[in-house]
Amino acid sequence: MLRAEELHHSFGSVRALDGVSFSVRPGQTLAIFGPNGAGKTTLLKVLAGLIRPQRGRAHVEGGRRAIGWIGHQAQLYNQLTVNENLRFWASLYDVPPPGELLARLGLDEHADRPVRALSRGLVQRVAIARALVHNPAVLLLDEPFTGLDRTAAETLGRLLAQHAAAGRATVLVTHNVEEGTGLATDVAFMRAGRFVHFAPRAGRGAQQVGEEYRDAIA
Amino acid sequence: MRLPDVVRHTWAVASKDLLIEFRSRTAIVSAAMFVILVLLVFTFARDPTAVAAVDLAPSILWVTLTFAAVLALNRAFQLELENQALDGLLLAPIGRSSIYLGKLIANLLFVGTVELIGVPLLALFFNITVLPYAGPLAAVIVLATIGFVSVGTLFSAMTVRTRVSELLLAVLVLPFMIPPLMWAARATGPLLAGRPLSDIIGWLKMLAAYDIVFVGLALLLFPATVNE
Repeated sequence: MLRAEELHHSFGSVRALDGVSFSVRPGQTLAIFGPNGAGKTTLLKVLAGLIRPQRGRAHVEGGRRAIGWIGHQAQLYNQLTVNENLRFWASLYDVPPPGELLARLGLDEHADRPVRALSRGLVQRVAIARALVHNPAVLLLDEPFTGLDRTAAETLGRLLAQHAAAGRATVLVTHNVEEGTGLATDVAFMRAGRFVHFAPRAGRGAQQVGEEYRDAIA
Repeated sequence: MRLPDVVRHTWAVASKDLLIEFRSRTAIVSAAMFVILVLLVFTFARDPTAVAAVDLAPSILWVTLTFAAVLALNRAFQLELENQALDGLLLAPIGRSSIYLGKLIANLLFVGTVELIGVPLLALFFNITVLPYAGPLAAVIVLATIGFVSVGTLFSAMTVRTRVSELLLAVLVLPFMIPPLMWAARATGPLLAGRPLSDIIGWLKMLAAYDIVFVGLALLLFPATVNE
């Protein structure tokens, strides 16, 4: 479903990706943890096709249409309402605008408000709706829990679990070991552009993964 | 990508840009105010006994519209940087040409609105008659505008991620704007002096050729300017 082969990418003298290879199967949720500057965001951007790697190859089955993306920014237009934003993104994917998704994310009462008038947490919920608008086969998520309150984080967790249960794949980059581990079928630790650990979660809890993470990147 | 898809995605991008501008009105108001102020300054600064208004008007019209257009063009991709919406556009399964054409259409309508304000004001301030030549004058304005807006939209995409994007856009785009502006000014002069359409047909052909070449080139080059 998703494959990365020997990815290399540098920004000047900074090596962001240094030979990263892995694959993700349908139904798999890979949580990648790493300190700032480890190359996590670059990896997601390369997988999404937003950055062309200097060496190596990334392949997502189904191409751009198959990818749902949440980056550091919401990728929404502040002057447009929630509905107008989602209608616009849906039109680019040739799908009808989401109705039920808005209700599930608790956005229906905010649908006609401009994005600029929403709180950080609500903007993040709209960004999640935007990423899911075309029911993508592969979700690439960069710190998706940022700004979410507990209820919204739980809703996102449920949506991601349903996404995986439907045989779809997720690659999740987060600092939040507890939330990331809870959703993951596989866990990877990244440091200096490389995976220093990549293994199935295999029943490990957040505490154990957190300890292993601290040991691995120390 | 099939043609109906390109048309649909192009219109989605264009209508979104126009809706945003309709909501904020910041760029259109700035550009319109710029046109009004420049025309007023020229009106008071010129010596009516030295050069006839009809001789001076074409140059003033095109200088004013050029700088108003540069002001307007800069916003085309600025709004995509807000919240990194450009990443979403690049990730969407639409052709890069749809993004370019959508931006081009929105910019054309945007600059066209500024021109709709500027031309009547020029006629008013300089006391010149434009109504009898409205058709040919509109053809000159439309052809020249397509030319420099097509180039400006491309350069706007190239410069938007730089720190001095407004300055860089003006510096890069102005040399490319000179040919259509020169031809447009040379076509506008005879029109306002009441000369027949046949006198300017050569300039119109040049403007049309410029449009075809530069819209085609911009479509070819645009993907390279937005791909990281």
